[in-house]
Amino acid sequence: MNSYYIKRTLRSVVTLWIVVTLTFGMIRLLPGGPLVQLRAQLIRQGVDPSEINGIIESYQNLRPDQPLYIQYFDYVSSLLTGDLGESIRYGEPVAALVGDALPWTVFVMVTATVIMYALGILWGAVMAYKEGSTFDTVSSALSILFSTVPFYVFAIFLVIIFGYQLEWFPTRGRTSVGAQNPYTLGFVIDVVRHAVLPIMSIIVTQVGLQALAMRGNSIQLLGEDYVRVARLRGLADGRIATRYVGRNAILPMYTGFLTLIGFNIGGSVILEEVFTYPGIGYYMFKALEGRDYPLMMAVFLVITSVLVVALFVADLTYSKIDPRVQTGDSSEAY
Amino acid sequence: MKPTESDTEFSFETSRSDIEVTWKQRLGDFYREFIYKPGLVAWSDNRTRLGALLMLVYVLMGTVGVVYYRAPTSNQSPRGVQPFQTTEALLGTTGSGIDILAMIIHATPPMLIMVLSGGLFATTLAVTFGTVAGYKGGVTDRALTTFADIAMSIPGLPLIMVLAIVFSPTNPAIIGILLTINYWAGLARAIRSQILTLREESYVEASRTLGVSTWRILVKDIIPNIMPYVLVNFANAARFVVFTSVGLYYLGILPTSVANWGVQLDQAYRNAGALTGAGTLYQLVFPMLAIMLIALALILLAQGMDRVFNPRVRTRLAGESRSTDGDDTEAVSTTEVLN
Repeated sequence: MNSYYIKRTLRSVVTLWIVVTLTFGMIRLLPGGPLVQLRAQLIRQGVDPSEINGIIESYQNLRPDQPLYIQYFDYVSSLLTGDLGESIRYGEPVAALVGDALPWTVFVMVTATVIMYALGILWGAVMAYKEGSTFDTVSSALSILFSTVPFYVFAIFLVIIFGYQLEWFPTRGRTSVGAQNPYTLGFVIDVVRHAVLPIMSIIVTQVGLQALAMRGNSIQLLGEDYVRVARLRGLADGRIATRYVGRNAILPMYTGFLTLIGFNIGGSVILEEVFTYPGIGYYMFKALEGRDYPLMMAVFLVITSVLVVALFVADLTYSKIDPRVQTGDSSEAY
Repeated sequence: MKPTESDTEFSFETSRSDIEVTWKQRLGDFYREFIYKPGLVAWSDNRTRLGALLMLVYVLMGTVGVVYYRAPTSNQSPRGVQPFQTTEALLGTTGSGIDILAMIIHATPPMLIMVLSGGLFATTLAVTFGTVAGYKGGVTDRALTTFADIAMSIPGLPLIMVLAIVFSPTNPAIIGILLTINYWAGLARAIRSQILTLREESYVEASRTLGVSTWRILVKDIIPNIMPYVLVNFANAARFVVFTSVGLYYLGILPTSVANWGVQLDQAYRNAGALTGAGTLYQLVFPMLAIMLIALALILLAQGMDRVFNPRVRTRLAGESRSTDGDDTEAVSTTEVLN
């Protein structure tokens, strides 16, 4: 059992290492890639060509005149010390920008995904139990309708209706200007008010598909023999619903849950732009817009790390939740 | 698709059938098994019918519509016409006199190509990876899972955006693949975890004991079980392609030289002030409707196709159930009891 955890940990580390190498490759090797464009940009700005290498080094932790393996070594070692380079657009260390923004994005996306999953599971389970009823038909239609709207389009409408027209919620920022003391109730309410619209747009546009997935899983399980036997044994409906059907129906959705958090953090690039919510996605968009490669690559790396951790947790806990899936080498090879 | 259906094919030498099956018969069988029956079942479902009709509208728009309807150009009609005012530009025109319907129609073919290439790329890769990894186990599993893990650990949207900025692709087929560049990995993992439970099923074990080849077991016993899931996810991948491409065009990250509904959204938002109440909301609503309806079509198709792979429903509708009649009524009553 222990060797499994060690292996899994190693795999995550290797994954991170490969992703770092990939970003290095993208920065350094792509024809017309970041480095070439950065150089062109600096020349356009009228920087003395003899200074360009020095500037590139400070921005991206690369010394373009060194052999490739030394550049690679420099890049990885500076990443390990937490040095992500310097943003061209903001003129600040990228690590500071990202460190400031990341908690906010994680807060919004994790909250949204958790609420969305809880609602989806409940809704789907009720639909499955009432399969074929009017409730089921209407719910299925509704959940399909919800998922035909892209979340950013829905986000735009939320901003228009609740932000500009009704003025119930603020339309930009993560806190009000001047709200500083983080240890007051007013501050907490302020933060929540700023996060409500982004969270809503995730929940409404994603909950339908989760509900349908849950419905499908549950209906399939309701036909299983052991559920029928449980019924014949006269077990209480509540017990069958939660322990016999619910548990097994949620199981396939569990891995999806953690990956969806990662997915949504990636999706923050569009969402935070719509709400002008300065999380990492917002900075990523600004970086894409201004071709700010150090910032772009750093945010990319950070989002990747979050996803790797999420998957790591999913893997470690899945075997705990579903004992049928044996971990490690115990699965026989055919 | 029960594993027993194909028992004539892996018979022992002694019982080898010497009846010649002509190509014509084989073709007829194929048609009945894979086109007529699934079609019949699919068509019996209202969702599939609606989804298929909607999809047909888009396909017609993308093929016939493009040929017969004029291409969008500036000043082809009076400027700023509201929708449903003239028959010349049914959905109105933009501030620079471009027919909105023309823009929507001429953005359809690239979108269809994107959806098809993206969906096929993602699901084919996912099914291959997921089934082989889950079924084979051992070293193969570890190698494939590690690979999928790495692909999956790279966040989709940011990766796509970075690549789109670097390469600025304009070929819709390539954009489709680019958009699903790591979408397949999550699906592959999900499929793998389903296979892990499926491989322990008794009929799979029976096939294995009989010495049926791995490839045959995968195709005959395993994959039909995950087909509904795969189809639903094909539609999801297609929807992801629609949403992401529109989003990227809307943000101006993909080159706007290709016609896309997202470009229209962007123009309506930026140039026409559709959201600030300048009476130009229609310029935003129609491309949005185009996006929503194609998403709806994809979801409905996926939902309806679910039934095609359900052997019980299929047998009943194709009118060949004799011994299974009892099963059917029993199944129905079970669900009734559970209501």
